[in-house]
Amino acid sequence: MARRTKTDAAAAADSADTSEIAVVRASTFVELIRQSRIVLCCGTGGVGKTTAAAAIALAAADEGRRAVVVTIDPAKRLADALGLGVLTNRPVRVELPNTTGELWALMLDTKATFDDLVRRHAASDAQADRILVNAFYKNISGALGGTQEYMATEKLYELVNEPVDATGDPLGSFDLIVIDTPPTRNALDFLSAPERLTRLLDNRVFRALMAPARSGLRVMGAASQLVLRAVGKVIGGEVLADAVAFFQAFEGMEAGFRDRAQKVLILLREPSTSWLLITTPRAEAVEEAVFFGNELRKHGLSIAGLVANRMYPEFDPLPDAGSSAAVQRARHGAELASAHQIALQPLASIVKDAPVAQVPLAPEDLHELSSLETIAAVFRAS
Amino acid sequence: MTGRLDEFFASSKLFIVAGKGGVGKTTVAASLARLATTRGLRTLLIDVERKNGIAAAFGVPPLSYEEHILVEADPTTGSAQLLGRTVTPDDALVEWLGDHGLRRLGDRMVATGLVDIIATATPGIRDLLVLGKVKQLVIEGSYDIVVLDTPASGHAISFLRSPLGLVEAVRSGPIRRQADEVLTLLHDPKRTHVVLVTLAEETPINELVETAYQLEETVGVALGPIVVNALVDPVPVLATTTAAKLSGEELRAVEGALDFERARYLSQTTQRERLAAVLPLPQLRLAEQTGVRVDRDDIFHLAETLGAEIAAIERVL
Repeated sequence: MARRTKTDAAAAADSADTSEIAVVRASTFVELIRQSRIVLCCGTGGVGKTTAAAAIALAAADEGRRAVVVTIDPAKRLADALGLGVLTNRPVRVELPNTTGELWALMLDTKATFDDLVRRHAASDAQADRILVNAFYKNISGALGGTQEYMATEKLYELVNEPVDATGDPLGSFDLIVIDTPPTRNALDFLSAPERLTRLLDNRVFRALMAPARSGLRVMGAASQLVLRAVGKVIGGEVLADAVAFFQAFEGMEAGFRDRAQKVLILLREPSTSWLLITTPRAEAVEEAVFFGNELRKHGLSIAGLVANRMYPEFDPLPDAGSSAAVQRARHGAELASAHQIALQPLASIVKDAPVAQVPLAPEDLHELSSLETIAAVFRAS
Repeated sequence: MTGRLDEFFASSKLFIVAGKGGVGKTTVAASLARLATTRGLRTLLIDVERKNGIAAAFGVPPLSYEEHILVEADPTTGSAQLLGRTVTPDDALVEWLGDHGLRRLGDRMVATGLVDIIATATPGIRDLLVLGKVKQLVIEGSYDIVVLDTPASGHAISFLRSPLGLVEAVRSGPIRRQADEVLTLLHDPKRTHVVLVTLAEETPINELVETAYQLEETVGVALGPIVVNALVDPVPVLATTTAAKLSGEELRAVEGALDFERARYLSQTTQRERLAAVLPLPQLRLAEQTGVRVDRDDIFHLAETLGAEIAAIERVL
């Protein structure tokens, strides 16, 4: 739980202090898009991460690159704009007229990705089947916090390293993979999710408790029996039985999972992996972005760029208001615009000289690919 | 007018404020709680995430798992005390295990990671423990009104569905009892209402409508009025006499700014009308805040606006 996560974070921070790694040092978004292999979009919920991720991939396609955006739970409008009517766990090409590059999009199916991972690591189809039908497994692969983050990184790993997916279909080789991260409160969750879930799957204490039952020798220690009885009392015997069955079925697969999670983490730390902060001018969103930025730095990662969404546009030069209500209203907008610029200031020391893209507030929601083009143009100019 | 307001607060004890990230849910929860205190009702505002938003707005130190005073009672105006606290899953779990004589075991479970296994085996248990604690505060606490600010990640449905899920999964024992008791509270329209918050924009409204139907149909919780936040005023016309005094550049800038505001106003109006057409619930309108950070004065002011909006509703709850 939280206590252990903090310890891990601290440990990771300690080990990272001495090893600041090289990253893409782009001074513009165009350079960043050209030089990166992976772009991760981080930010709190409601700041427009998914749209930013899609627009960056589109800008990359306009730059002639073969780009894929991995979206997580996109709003219907965006999904429609990208032509993603249904959940597709493999990249679908978005038709772009007059573009030399390619834009692909994928909507992460967390459960299907986890199922594929189990099939990859299972010693036999029978072992995979036993796991896939287990109620405890269904909880892990469904709604469990951290699973979405874990599977997003897993999908990233597949896209980078594997020419075909678990069912043998080609995944395509991309120049740039843009990942829209789940709306976690903490960027650390994204970095630590593979590790946390692997540890759950590999829970030594639970395995030790199970061991006597597995071998048929009923010589469980008194303390262990007490713990199990208490657990059973809390969550009920059947639920516990499902958990026991899961850990028995999972036997032998832990090492493969752990190894894979390690490789994913290495990928996230590659120099060609760029971490972007996404925010809006709201104070809470900026505070979260500052927090994310500091956490990433503790991990030895630096911020490759900042995207500020919903920035009130500036209209210059406005006259003094006088008595005109209309001019007063226009000046009110100008006050908002300058308040928004001030709101971003706490991020200056975190972003340093990395490029900043300010996406103007739009009176209406994204409607089609052409509105995404408008945002992509902001990136090409930033 | 105040009669309508008293009627509103008499019709429910627990107000659950929900909405997706970025719609100003925490501000609305704080304003609603403040409004209740101005009617002399002792009110508790609960944060389930240990965010600092509430504390920062009221200018007090960060909230913790204990009651803090956010605003003192004011005998001159008749306003009651406004209190705040967090109810986080980890704290709720440790307290719950302690209440059930499992404190030492609880520590061991946390230390060995067994808690993670329990939480995985019974999804929703964390949310349930939070709701269980909220229920206890509603029933046993000395509060007239409790306002709950739900998780920001927008999972109001899975949060409020947690007791239902556990009732299906767990047939007996203390967790099952807890789930049953929480459901009784959630299903009681005389005690519990959900107040949904949205911006007048297409995507947030689509999500709000979806959430509203699911809350009523799957969770079975009563819906209160909807708060439509961050609205802009109608845009005044630029008088020709004023326009005549401006330079060409200035005129272009003013017209550009006004066109932009007009487009926002039109879009918001269209979306509000669309919401009214698909969801027959009263709408409480709040204006866009100019400052980027909401402070105590803003909340007091928003509470007044909310009060006026509630008073104008034809029939409450």
